[in-house]
Amino acid sequence: MVDMTTAHLPASVGGRPTGLGRTLRERVRTAARSVAESAVTPLDLDDLLDHFHPLRRGAELSGRVLEVVPETAQSATLVIKPGRDWAGHVPGQYVRVGVDVEGVRLWRTYSLTHGPRADGSISITVKAIEGGTVSNHLVHRTAPGTMLRLAQADGDFVLPQPLPAKLLLVTAGSGITPVIGMLRNLFSRATPPTTDIVLIHSALSRAEVIFAEEIRGYAARGLIRLVELHTDTDGLLDVDSLDELVPDLAARPTYACGPAGLLDALEAHHSARGLVLHTERFRPVTVAAPGEGGTVTFADGREVSADGSTPILDAAESAGVLMPSGCRMGICMGCVLPLKEGAVRDLRNGALTVAVPGETDPAGVPIQTCVSAPAGACSVDHS
Amino acid sequence: MTTITRKPENPTAHLTEADIEQIGIELDAIRQDVIDSRGERDAAYIRRLVDVQRRLELGSRAVLLGSAIPPLWVLGTVGLSVAKILENMEIGHNVMHGQWDWMRDPKIHSTTWEWDNASTSDGWKHSHNEVHHTYTNIVGKDNDLGYGIMRVDEDQRWVPFYLLQPLWNFVNACVFEYGIAAYDLELGKNLRIPKEKRSAEFQENLAKTLRKIRKQATKDYVVHPLLALPFGGAVGALAGNLVANVVRNVWSHSVIMCGHFPEGVETFERAAIPEDETRGEWYLRQMLGSANISGGKVTHLMTGNLSHQIEHHLFPDLPSNRYAEVAPKVQALFEKYDLNYHEAPLPQQLYSAWHKVVRLSLPNDWLATTTPKNLPSQLKTLWAMSTKGPKVRRAAQARLTQLARRQQVAASEQAGSAAA
Repeated sequence: MVDMTTAHLPASVGGRPTGLGRTLRERVRTAARSVAESAVTPLDLDDLLDHFHPLRRGAELSGRVLEVVPETAQSATLVIKPGRDWAGHVPGQYVRVGVDVEGVRLWRTYSLTHGPRADGSISITVKAIEGGTVSNHLVHRTAPGTMLRLAQADGDFVLPQPLPAKLLLVTAGSGITPVIGMLRNLFSRATPPTTDIVLIHSALSRAEVIFAEEIRGYAARGLIRLVELHTDTDGLLDVDSLDELVPDLAARPTYACGPAGLLDALEAHHSARGLVLHTERFRPVTVAAPGEGGTVTFADGREVSADGSTPILDAAESAGVLMPSGCRMGICMGCVLPLKEGAVRDLRNGALTVAVPGETDPAGVPIQTCVSAPAGACSVDHS
Repeated sequence: MTTITRKPENPTAHLTEADIEQIGIELDAIRQDVIDSRGERDAAYIRRLVDVQRRLELGSRAVLLGSAIPPLWVLGTVGLSVAKILENMEIGHNVMHGQWDWMRDPKIHSTTWEWDNASTSDGWKHSHNEVHHTYTNIVGKDNDLGYGIMRVDEDQRWVPFYLLQPLWNFVNACVFEYGIAAYDLELGKNLRIPKEKRSAEFQENLAKTLRKIRKQATKDYVVHPLLALPFGGAVGALAGNLVANVVRNVWSHSVIMCGHFPEGVETFERAAIPEDETRGEWYLRQMLGSANISGGKVTHLMTGNLSHQIEHHLFPDLPSNRYAEVAPKVQALFEKYDLNYHEAPLPQQLYSAWHKVVRLSLPNDWLATTTPKNLPSQLKTLWAMSTKGPKVRRAAQARLTQLARRQQVAASEQAGSAAA
């Protein structure tokens, strides 16, 4: 993995003000804020300001969808104006997005598909997966003006600085998304870099190639060498054919993004040959088949087992964990704790609640422990 | 009221154990229907409501800056009163019940919400969500029954102190938010404990509540009047805030009284609740222990949908905007099992609840046996019961009870002869 240093990120704006004038201004500002806070208590001043200007500096990070551009029948690019506190990103990084689907806030991670843009907007390109709640909502049912929650950009799948002389990019399906951001960034410069780039891209069929025009355009202009494979005619990308496709493979650090099968094969192939490989993995959204009962891990590492019909609250208490509790029948919300990972089942109606780190709410998904039994291993943020 | 198990005719006597469990199953199904269909429309409702409330409150406070002009004072004060009522009733109370937790929006969530009220959200969630909703109308366990300062049941022995309870009730209504804060803290019980023996938990909660009361009072009675000072509206802003708080207090007190206090709402004896009360039995207790207010959309909104008190007590965690559509199904269930669905317009429920407060402030049967003709002698009895010792009280009470029985017999005989 590439060692990401903060030097890649644009310097954060401002810094501590210096000098007498600024100090005074800051003091007035602080005083005005404390007056405003005492005038709106018990509300949080920022929560109140969010009703008027959710994208201002100091607000919890969110973004407004400016444009939804269809890429293929099943994918679209969302151009988003992020809040003023967006700290910037490096092409290849991803952003965690909180989307309200059917009224429920769900979090997913998408690669940023542009380098830093002149207009300050960011973009993600989403492929609607079969049965994918969030991806289908974003591709098919999201209109400009929709507000999204955002986290700061993250991820170490970025090109090194300075650029090596030669590069190999291997992508499959929506794995093109972080790579298109890298390419756009490189080729939007006044003088395109001299790096010799090969892009091997595999998609289900010719019609399914996201950014088809664009990557073929780069190839036509001689900026990259493009190897485009379509599974319906060429079959899946076989890593053993890499030598044939890229004769100078050993001279090229490889950056790959795509389904787990492809990345696993590449890792085996490259490590056997001692070649340099950087990968970006898309995490699965659902946990492995939820079971009946399981082990609950608490923040301090304590583990408690419970069967599929015992509430986590009861199991934890009988194991000596001090738990918040109330009515013990699911009505008072006195026992709510954040589920960080895993699945639980509501004992009243069997409904499953799933938490996947990096995919669901960063703070965990709140659950009522008095009516929830573990459905497989799970961890709860409480000690 | 007399607890259900001491009544001559228990209104649940006709139900078998299987009936009660079936009621539970049918109510669970109604609940599940709402859970399966809640979504974007509901989320939009609460977000819009919060947005409207925030703007109304800010707007009203802005208008109060110019409260030196009388019409602006009226406008600002009405607006602020409505804003505070919306915030406490339809938003705060319901968010703290977790009705909107399913949206997974940390900003509209039972674990993070704080409301515009003297009581802290944590204190409220304990005494209201946990104690009141679990032990609804169980005499001695549910402090909402008389808030520990009133006589709410014939079986509570009458003492002269209770003569003042209509007054207490009115004072409590005016300062209701502080009353709630005090009873969230179980202040009366705790103050009776010597200072050094009070629990650390109580001390901590007390400090939190006092801090919140200070911040609330500073906002309403210091900061906003000071902001209005340059416009000559300091006194107007102060008065506007005071009036809005009292209006909110009296209104919420009235709504809550209508929920559990009108005549005909059942109460329960602590000893008669089984240790392992089933879900069906719990549901049944909620069905009989609550009363609805009939009315239009504005009534429902301004009462925080506690006009659907029965539905709220059955399903405290369902979004309040859905109670209206659930109500006909619940009512049908009441009819199917021959139970009394207690519903009446606000003035009627309020009168009924106040009538009960007055009736129970007097010795049992005193009000019922008093006619214009015997008023002087009745007053004499009351005076004696209030000023003399327990012995006199017992004797007078026995006479009252006898008188009531005689009047009843006479009335039924009269009805009998009239029918003949």
